[in-house]
Amino acid sequence: MIRRVGITITYLVFLVFLIIPLGKVFTSAVSLGTAGFWNALTRPEALHAFLVSAIIVAIVTVLNTLFGVLLALLLVRETAISRRLRHLLNSIVDLPFAVSPIIGGLMILLLLGPHTALGTFFEAQGVKIVFALPGMVLATLFVTFPLMVREVMPVLQEVGTQQEEAAYTLGANGWRTFWRVTWPSIRWGVLYGVVLTIARSIGEFGAVLVVSGNIINKTQTATTLVYQQVENFNYVAANSIALVLAALSIVILLLLEWAKKRKEVF
Amino acid sequence: MIVKHVWLKRTVQSTVLVYFLLLIVVPILGVYVQGLSEGWTKFADSVIQPIAWDAVLRTLQLAVIATLINTVFGTLIAWVLVRYRFPGRRILNSLVDLPFALPTAVGGLMILLLLGPQSWLGSFAKSHNIEIVYQQPAIVIAMIFVTFPFVIRTIQPLLEELDPAEEEASYTLGASRSGTFWKVIFPAMRPGVIGGAMLAFSRALAEFGAVVLVAGNIPGKTLVASVQIYGNVESYNPTGAAAVSVVLLTLSFLVLWSVNLLTARRDER
Repeated sequence: MIRRVGITITYLVFLVFLIIPLGKVFTSAVSLGTAGFWNALTRPEALHAFLVSAIIVAIVTVLNTLFGVLLALLLVRETAISRRLRHLLNSIVDLPFAVSPIIGGLMILLLLGPHTALGTFFEAQGVKIVFALPGMVLATLFVTFPLMVREVMPVLQEVGTQQEEAAYTLGANGWRTFWRVTWPSIRWGVLYGVVLTIARSIGEFGAVLVVSGNIINKTQTATTLVYQQVENFNYVAANSIALVLAALSIVILLLLEWAKKRKEVF
Repeated sequence: MIVKHVWLKRTVQSTVLVYFLLLIVVPILGVYVQGLSEGWTKFADSVIQPIAWDAVLRTLQLAVIATLINTVFGTLIAWVLVRYRFPGRRILNSLVDLPFALPTAVGGLMILLLLGPQSWLGSFAKSHNIEIVYQQPAIVIAMIFVTFPFVIRTIQPLLEELDPAEEEASYTLGASRSGTFWKVIFPAMRPGVIGGAMLAFSRALAEFGAVVLVAGNIPGKTLVASVQIYGNVESYNPTGAAAVSVVLLTLSFLVLWSVNLLTARRDER
């Protein structure tokens, strides 16, 4: 009895909050026929927005993976830094989770915006940061930072140091030990972190909206384009782009499932 | 050779630490510095002015409602997904993460499509004089949507870890089903319920993308703190934006800090 009620409520909540809304995006996008859907997607500003999003995702994923793995190694393995300091750094890693994306964007404006010392300095060098790609990459790096560190750290803690010590004892150097011993044990965790980073960078909206200025054909990303089209009551265009983004998220969910399974097998 | 190796390692480590400080710590300090740059009175003025203060209070209030609803349903769903085997369980379990994978702007658009004026549900509610979209209920729905996974995902591992022997012992000793639930099972779930609820709360406080699309953003009625900050940024008032940000950030940090304390205590046990 309790079982049946519980399962029914679970199905209802999923239907109402997740499945029906998701279906609605699909049906609305194609409601005016596939031609309208296709037109909305192939307009120059839509193509440009997807391109900007793709560039951001590529740069952020590479940097975040590199620095995330290195920081995780440092926080878990480096004994030269005192325990207390590592503990402090460890709790700072989570801060971006607690920061509203809007505030994340505001931070970059305050530090590098047009009226700041750093901003005018870079402007004089001919490098535009705010209202341009570098600022958007910085904002996305900020919000995605904890994802990789938080995936890799527990795996490193779980494997322990025995195998690495054995490798050292047998004469392997640090580089070789990393690629032969450490990397095979963390790679599925890293993959999971990469997928999470990609998902978050495609979806980031608030921080990017603030630092980009949302300029059509220049700094507009796929998500800020959806926002602009909704504000202009242009629902067909908004839906078409949202549909592509929603399809991408489903692919990401499937990838996450797969990576999770591999992680458990290990 | 070894000297060179150590030198390389130190360089890499310092680079990582500097990157970390510049990307995370300096910007956060920057907001506090800017928010308090013109003294306490100016800071207090920016925060207490009616529109800002009202937005902060409304955000707190709506986030509490969203968190409570999520905690009740999240606990139930976590229980059902771990304890029962039924057709579709695996698919539902993967769908839990959908709000994490989906861009928040798309999440907001979904709610608009489903409950907006042109939709079937929207016109039905309108004919009964209930307004959802561009009103407070829509903000709560958006908050529930984006924080949906938190409670479920923090309770699930605790339920999976729970040793069946403890429950069996309780039954053997003659406890009833509800007695066993409240004395044995719920205490094991409690840290997950509280921790998940706090994470959901801090995320609901911070949410922007989904909320800005479905709320009318009318000052004094449907304006939340993050949207108010965005408005200040757009109208070139960085100090005002920073002042409200300081309040919101401090709240979120307190929540995060309590979650950390809670999990640290659990690990010690």
